[in-house]
Amino acid sequence: MRTKTSMRLGVGLAAASVFAMAACADPDDDQLVVNEEIEMITEAAAPDHMERVRTIYSGWRFRSDETQAVQMDDFDNPAMIWVDAAAEVWETADGTEGNSCASCHESVDSMEGVRAVYPKWNEAAGEVRTLEMQVNDCRENQMGAEPWKYDGGDMTNMVALISSVSRGLPVNVAIDGPAQSTWEQGKDLYYTRFGQLELSCANCHEDSYGLHIRSDHLSQGQINGFPTYRLKNTKLNSVHSRFKGCIRDTRAHTFAPGSPEFVALELYVASRGNGLSVEGPSVRN
Amino acid sequence: MTRFGLLMSAALLSASGVFAGTVHPTNVDFVDGAIEVSLSGMPGDPENGAVLMNKGAGNCIACHAVSQLSDLPFHGEIGPMLDGVADRWSEAELRGIIADAKQMFDGTMMPSFYKTEGFIRLGDAYTGDAHAGDVQPLLTAQEVEDVVAYLKTLTDE
Repeated sequence: MRTKTSMRLGVGLAAASVFAMAACADPDDDQLVVNEEIEMITEAAAPDHMERVRTIYSGWRFRSDETQAVQMDDFDNPAMIWVDAAAEVWETADGTEGNSCASCHESVDSMEGVRAVYPKWNEAAGEVRTLEMQVNDCRENQMGAEPWKYDGGDMTNMVALISSVSRGLPVNVAIDGPAQSTWEQGKDLYYTRFGQLELSCANCHEDSYGLHIRSDHLSQGQINGFPTYRLKNTKLNSVHSRFKGCIRDTRAHTFAPGSPEFVALELYVASRGNGLSVEGPSVRN
Repeated sequence: MTRFGLLMSAALLSASGVFAGTVHPTNVDFVDGAIEVSLSGMPGDPENGAVLMNKGAGNCIACHAVSQLSDLPFHGEIGPMLDGVADRWSEAELRGIIADAKQMFDGTMMPSFYKTEGFIRLGDAYTGDAHAGDVQPLLTAQEVEDVVAYLKTLTDE
């Protein structure tokens, strides 16, 4: 049995350590420059549509120095192995038409800026499309090839390659005009408290970012760094795979990658990062 | 349900011999967010309550720090620290907050640990699949009582 004095001291010390945790729990002040060349915007004023957040931060700012360092040089970033693999696929013909990506698009450098504006309204299709949907449209209708699995390795590698040539450019997805109803649907999903734990995206990533939930240091849940190499599973992760895992972890019946719900959620969450740099493929834990 | 009604149904349940004295999650009587009677009809076990603070469906320290459990790693910062919590809340209030904190704190992020209805897209635990069949609360009636019993030991005085 502890004495009153030691109890009080214990509480005081614990309170002090909690404050110390809180102080180092906010996003840090580190600056991200990749390959000593690409200067990333990891902090920006929140877009006007965000009513409850003033400043947006890349998830990179919430990671440890060790994890941050892995993303700062392409020779260290394990994701670049799959980017290189996708660069070969880019040049390789597939399907009945004898076309590769390069047949129409030439160098992948022609994709510069594309990642930054997706998901995007497609007028001919009459729907908001993700990069994955656009890649499969090309495969089926331009190449006569089989579509890839939405969140399979071939697809995620290709999205990482296409993202990589937009690194450093600010995310700038359109949320008005014909995209608005999809964006509103995504916003509704963001604030819906799913599953037996009744947790919304906002509970953790808007109301509690910077704090720890058990050992997890909660970020704003920005998706400017996707596809993301996670130290946790040592592979490239697509945005929809991450959404699927997050909603599963609320003890909910989750949605499928490529579902209309996740397309809408991706547009909404992407729009919360308008102004941050495209970082994909990034490194997180 | 009135307290008298609750006592009556507890008596009936106990007469049936099955789940003697257990209040079903859909029959819990909240008064200003508090629950006066033991949900299991039995006293709680503070030692098992301490285990539930860390493990399984309780995992209270995922969000709340507790100095007494400082040998366990990674206490969360989402909810208030629980040191001295028994000085701030009565047993009935602690029971109510654990069972369904939203009754007392509108819109709180805290999950409802003794609730079986009203979920959106309820899943089958952490599989991501849809739930089928009877819904079990996150904690059993006795586990709620065990956590209450542990929290009652957290006094500053």
